[in-house]
Amino acid sequence: MGVPEQYYVALSAILFTIGVVGVVIRRNPLVIFMSLELMLNAANLALVAFGHRFGTLDGQALVLFVMAVAAAEVAVGLAIIVAIFRVRRRLSVDDLSLMRW
Amino acid sequence: MSAWVAFFVVAALAVGSALGLVLRRNPIHGALFLVANLGAVAVLYLMLGAEFLAAAQVIVYAGAIMVLFVFAIMVLIPGKEETGPDPLRAVRLLAPPLGVLLFLLLAFVVVGRTAVPPGAAAPAPATIGALGRALFVRYLFPFELTSVLLLAAMVGVLLLARKKES
Repeated sequence: MGVPEQYYVALSAILFTIGVVGVVIRRNPLVIFMSLELMLNAANLALVAFGHRFGTLDGQALVLFVMAVAAAEVAVGLAIIVAIFRVRRRLSVDDLSLMRW
Repeated sequence: MSAWVAFFVVAALAVGSALGLVLRRNPIHGALFLVANLGAVAVLYLMLGAEFLAAAQVIVYAGAIMVLFVFAIMVLIPGKEETGPDPLRAVRLLAPPLGVLLFLLLAFVVVGRTAVPPGAAAPAPATIGALGRALFVRYLFPFELTSVLLLAAMVGVLLLARKKES
């Protein structure tokens, strides 16, 4: 008998919450991106746990797509951060208020 | 019994490394903590019978994506961005209590409903072959769309990163 899936989902909720808090309290865009990865990972863990619970492989297939999207997102996001850094020579999300109302 | 011990050890490792990522100031330390976290989640995938995903997690996330992160950290000269006074300190102090609230909400909504009546679910035929069939038969179109997405990301990154010739 393994551990019930509720525990995995609870762990996934904890990791997701830590990711959200990280996105809010950090000022370095790189760390914000890493916290985003943490949230994506927590969602993946929940998907795998649900798939295991209901005996289907759909969850695992979905996780693969999430991984592909995460890879694309990280590549584009880091390129944007590097492009911003080239122009402004500083790295803090509080400076990036040009498009804020 | 041993499954419980293993689960709690790995879960503690995952939560601890996630906290380390959020709380440490140095982005390189954060990246290392994130690698530890991804590895712990890969172990959890193994415990849930998702061997292929565990391997993909280590190769794609802990390998490729984290290398990208470390490259970006090295290019961007870290260590100088979170010094100085925080102009939004009051707002940011609100984050941990609101995070706890979010966790309680998630726990209430999701964890409380994961319980399925006993006997409702069959054990999964979770072999790699079955996953491959699911990907290439049922999810063939999204799978092919993924390649378009990655191509678009590649072209976009090239466009963003090239030098202006003028």
